[in-house]
Amino acid sequence: MVPDVELPAGPGPTRVEPVWALGAAVILVACSLLGILVGAADLSLGSVLAELLDKVPGVDLSSDLTTREAAILWEIRVPRMVLAGLVGGMLAIAGAGYQGVFRNPLADPYLLGVAAGAGLGATLAIAYFPGATSWPVSPLPIAAFVGALLGVMVTYVLGRTTATTSSTATLILAGVAVAAFLTATQTFIQQENSETFREVYAWILGALVTVGWSEVVLILPYVVVSGAALYLYRRLLDVMGVGDEEANSVGVRAARVRLVVVIAATLGTAAAVAVSGLIGFVGIIVPHAVRLVFGSSYRVIVPLSLCFGAAFLIVADVVARTVLAPAEVPIGVVTAFFGAPFFLLVLYRARRSA
Amino acid sequence: MRRTALLIALVLAAGACSPAESGDTTTSQASSTTVVDTTTTSLEPTTTVSDGFPAAIAAANGEVMIEERPDRIVSLSATATEILFAIGASDQVVAVDETSDYPEEVPTTDLSGYEPNIEAIAGYEPDLVVVSDDLGDVIAGLVAIDITVIQQPVAQTLDDTYAQIEQLGAATGHVAEAAEVVGDMQIGIDEILASIDAPLGTSFYHELDNSFFSVTSETFIGLIYSLAGLVNIADEAEGAGTGYPQLSAEHIIESDPDLIFLADTKCCGESPATVAARPGWDQLSAVSNDSVIALDDDIASRWGPRVVDFLAVIVDSVNALETSGS
Repeated sequence: MVPDVELPAGPGPTRVEPVWALGAAVILVACSLLGILVGAADLSLGSVLAELLDKVPGVDLSSDLTTREAAILWEIRVPRMVLAGLVGGMLAIAGAGYQGVFRNPLADPYLLGVAAGAGLGATLAIAYFPGATSWPVSPLPIAAFVGALLGVMVTYVLGRTTATTSSTATLILAGVAVAAFLTATQTFIQQENSETFREVYAWILGALVTVGWSEVVLILPYVVVSGAALYLYRRLLDVMGVGDEEANSVGVRAARVRLVVVIAATLGTAAAVAVSGLIGFVGIIVPHAVRLVFGSSYRVIVPLSLCFGAAFLIVADVVARTVLAPAEVPIGVVTAFFGAPFFLLVLYRARRSA
Repeated sequence: MRRTALLIALVLAAGACSPAESGDTTTSQASSTTVVDTTTTSLEPTTTVSDGFPAAIAAANGEVMIEERPDRIVSLSATATEILFAIGASDQVVAVDETSDYPEEVPTTDLSGYEPNIEAIAGYEPDLVVVSDDLGDVIAGLVAIDITVIQQPVAQTLDDTYAQIEQLGAATGHVAEAAEVVGDMQIGIDEILASIDAPLGTSFYHELDNSFFSVTSETFIGLIYSLAGLVNIADEAEGAGTGYPQLSAEHIIESDPDLIFLADTKCCGESPATVAARPGWDQLSAVSNDSVIALDDDIASRWGPRVVDFLAVIVDSVNALETSGS
């Protein structure tokens, strides 16, 4: 499936050193533990650790958590942490994928109209198929995917046809326009269907507040498929970096690679948006942070972005649910708070090097 | 209680058909002044003050002078609509906003109080407009085209509610009926509160929507629960700086409230069954004790005469808890 070709040497290392992999894994595990140990409910540290170790095969520890406390841990806190990790990792590698195929450091699910398209698709599903949540296969991720794919395609076509030269800004400006149009359409549909308005609104603000294992199960297949595709194509993303003609000259069909990567990244983003609402900036700040530290080969960026994206969103969610505990802060506010300044930094660097 | 309120509204509505006829009821002060009015109308109509007009209303948007009895009222507030109908001003109301749905006979239109359109409002040729919020500078816009506006924002206390009822009574020429509605409310609330049989520290969670937005005791809704002596689990989230914090699911389950009140049955289709099916919520005492109460979203979000019904539901639930618990 993936052609085996000689790759031009990208800048920086082209494989994940074992020590980096170990470091990334340690950080992810530490963040996950933090996500499990900290929350609005005051569960004692020792009891939670005992409860966790008890689940390890061969270890038999009795924790003194009551059944209610155990329910808080296993039905609310752990699934929420797992979902934050899946969504964070997914958004981060989707961002890396878009940046690779569009050769654009500012590409991000939110700036390309992908998330707005997913939002429109999901809103249509909520507004016109209100009973759909009880269907055997939820139509929400599928509707979100169709909308998301539409959003990114329109952005790409507009960004390419209006640009005389390949310009970073043109694609992003097209994305902003497409996102604004899709968001306006979504708002109009919300107004038209005011009885389901509250449901849509709660979802836009980020739905990590209400998740259980069912959302984890819902998103997992999409993340696995999309993540596997992006991981397999990580070498080709490096080839794409030198330009379509050069890629074609070494036997890589650039148009097909772009299509596969865009579909994979969009599918994953749509699934993430469908369960968690609109969480911005993860897809741009995580791949760039990885790039700054470990070099710009996608063979390094894709796997490490998965780890650090998961860790970042888990920590962001810990902030969201503890800073005003027992009240919540929308997680999108937290990611934007850290993400927006970082985005400006990336923009500044990109303009200077251009 | 709701039936009697409706009855009063209907009786008053019938009586208000013709100002001359209302002279028959001699019990109220306003009616007797109306008699004077009918005798003098033909002689000096412009200088008549004995029917209560011109009336100076100390509304939230400043002192509003109402020259004569309005008979083309537009209400952009569901609560104000309920008050207008309760005090017998229904015949003077020509249009109400899209959220006004009580009592049943209200002239609901597609006017919006959230995104008010001044031209659409003016199309009803109102001589008085009642709003609760001044969104989109609607008050200034209406005043600019010489339409009288009274603003009645969300009440903070029951006294605010009573004051708003009396204001609308004075503004529409139904002073006595307004006083009667207020009196009935006060008696009703006292009777309900006297029947409370709750132990100290009975706690509750009031749910505004299915992402766990709630109300603290700082809000009007929270205050009604405080009257019944209940402890609000959302009060620990006061640091959020809003009366309407979004609670963490962990906090709700850890607090294990004795009662759960759902004010999201209409908006979001929640019910005791959907609450029991939420992950982890089966551990709650309120779920296993059948103490999850489905409220009418509208009654539990307006500050008009039906607050008494709301309080009655709360106290009934508390008392049911007592008998089932013992």
